[in-house]
Amino acid sequence: MFSAMFGEAWRAMGANRLRTFLTMLGMVIGVGAVVLMMAIGQGAEDSVKKSISSMGSNLFIVLSGPPSSGGARSASGNAATLNVKDANAMSDLDGVIAVAPLSMGNAQVIYAGNNWNTAILGTSPSFLDIRSWSLLDGYAFGLSDMRSATRVALIGTTTAHSLFGDDVDPIGKTIRIKASPFTIIGILESKGQSLDGRDQDDTIIVPLSTAQRKIFGNQIPGSVRQIMVQAESDKVMGMVEDNLNSLLKQRHNIREGAEQDFSVRNLTALAKSAAETTKTMSLLLGAIASVSLLVGGIGIMNIMLVSVTERTREIGIRMAIGARERNILLQFLLEAVVISIVGCLIGIAIGVGGAILVKNLTEASIIISLNAITLAFTVATAVGVFFGFYPAKKAAKLNPIEALRF
Amino acid sequence: MTTVLSKNVISVSHLYKEYYTDAGTFSVLKDVNIDIEAGDFVAIMGPSGSGKSTFMNILGCLDKPSKGDYFLDGQTVANLENDALANLRNKTIGFVFQGFNLLARSSLVDNVALPLVYSGVDKDERTARALKLLEKVGLAKHSASRPNQISGGQQQRVAIARALINNPRLILADEPTGNLDTTTSHEIMMLFNELNQDGITVVLVTHEQDIADHASRQIKFVDGSIVEDVRTKISHSQERH
Ligand SMILES: Nc1ncnc2c1ncn2[C@@H]1O[C@H](COP(=O)(O)OP(=O)(O)OP(=O)(O)O)[C@@H](O)[C@H]1O
Ligand SMILES: [Mg+2]
Repeated sequence: MFSAMFGEAWRAMGANRLRTFLTMLGMVIGVGAVVLMMAIGQGAEDSVKKSISSMGSNLFIVLSGPPSSGGARSASGNAATLNVKDANAMSDLDGVIAVAPLSMGNAQVIYAGNNWNTAILGTSPSFLDIRSWSLLDGYAFGLSDMRSATRVALIGTTTAHSLFGDDVDPIGKTIRIKASPFTIIGILESKGQSLDGRDQDDTIIVPLSTAQRKIFGNQIPGSVRQIMVQAESDKVMGMVEDNLNSLLKQRHNIREGAEQDFSVRNLTALAKSAAETTKTMSLLLGAIASVSLLVGGIGIMNIMLVSVTERTREIGIRMAIGARERNILLQFLLEAVVISIVGCLIGIAIGVGGAILVKNLTEASIIISLNAITLAFTVATAVGVFFGFYPAKKAAKLNPIEALRF
Repeated sequence: MTTVLSKNVISVSHLYKEYYTDAGTFSVLKDVNIDIEAGDFVAIMGPSGSGKSTFMNILGCLDKPSKGDYFLDGQTVANLENDALANLRNKTIGFVFQGFNLLARSSLVDNVALPLVYSGVDKDERTARALKLLEKVGLAKHSASRPNQISGGQQQRVAIARALINNPRLILADEPTGNLDTTTSHEIMMLFNELNQDGITVVLVTHEQDIADHASRQIKFVDGSIVEDVRTKISHSQERH
């Protein structure tokens, strides 16, 4: 019975191929859009999540310059108003477990005729702990390297690859950073992209004192533009933020109400809001795509209504030879559902194809999840049933005699 | 509750049908009373607009009377649900139309088998039974054709085969030869005769006397009422007694 009706539905669709195709097209576009948008949205969410987890937890960054001057810019734009002594004082505060002063800049790095411009980071040994950044190979520098400003370096995987290629082991090799020779003592584990899209593996980390003396020469010794602070737990974040502010005000002799020469930012909170923004974005994308599914559904309803009217006589004949209301209902419902499912399958193929294309063209992170496909399929079927029901009911409720007279 | 002898396939009493239009109430059938015995062959005649089709549609459970009783096989039809009526149309009654009413997109064998889809018979049996009936009406070799590939007379044979597929007790035909030429009409009537000889009750509407002459009993409608009811032959059911 069901297979017979399925055959009927298939034949009815085949009887008017162009119309069936056009009706399906609404579904194809809707499902394709949903699958593609969800792949892009989930990809974005996923890469943000990865960056956040690579960042380390319960972090503050203390920046030189007044709070109004905007995070990323202040690092390069202003004079360095913080220094290593500030950092040391911070590490004595309650709830603070680690502090790392940072001094950064770009520099040309040379190894055996290979040139590479990379981000140089001068910092203390605690930086790797704060970022929970481990080494693939070798060992990290220690406090003694800080004190005596030894020329040792940790190298990120991207930089290592660019300078050494795949065959040479960088450990123990000497590279030149701005004409000074440095020995590579460790290779950093890969961290991937940061929240702002930088490649965190394209970097070289050296002791802060060495960086200031040999690489960024024109600085007051010990002064830095950024200090990274890690709090003990999520709960003490508020307290630590207050303490950092009052400590620095006191140390920098800033009177109440006067403009600060530093700012404290809660990196973890910033990361959370970034995650929420991407989530909202991806929801929005999905919602916009769903509208086209809805439009596709309305298209199906429209065509089914036309079809019921056109086939009134056929309905009358079927009723005259014994079709019950539910037989007619099922027949038209099945047609609507078959149209939407076939459209949905084509849409999934196009959506997945589009997602793969986008991935290859932009190298953006794209996630095609089975969940998204299942969801699209379920929604499309539901749309078929929902929008097919009214026309099918209308057909089933026809009076046999009136239908036959049509 | 009236009990009716099951000898009568059809028993109609005080049947009325009214249509309500903007112009007022139309009484199309007025106090129709008739009993039709099992195995009888009845021709209904009468001028255009006299209510013949309306009456046939009520007999065929396609339409409902405004008033009155209709017993089919001793069972009252008046207060049946739509599904029960559909079931009667499917199993007890075979309806043949003037315009054949075949599904244009389906093959002849599928057309004949269609009622079986609604009685839940499986595909192999449907096809087997439909082919057998196509053979009976002489169209076995056209089974895969579409209705528009065969003549009107052949289409009406297919429609009759479809009406027979569920072994109905009653065949109702509203001007089955109305669209056919004289020769073909008589061929179709021979087919009805054969069915009647097999014991099936046949009721048909016609405008032509020579067509009506094939039947055993002739009824005349005028203005919604039966004005004449004559037995012209002994019916096959009576012959046997
Ligand atoms: N749905 C309707 N609404 C109003 N009047 C109707 C309706 N159906 C039929 N009638 C009227 O009922 C009357 C009888 O119609 P019916 O079709 O039964 O006649 P008939 O005897 O079969 O005629 P013919 O020989 O031309 O087929 C006609 O006057 C017709 O106009
Ligand atoms: Mg008529």
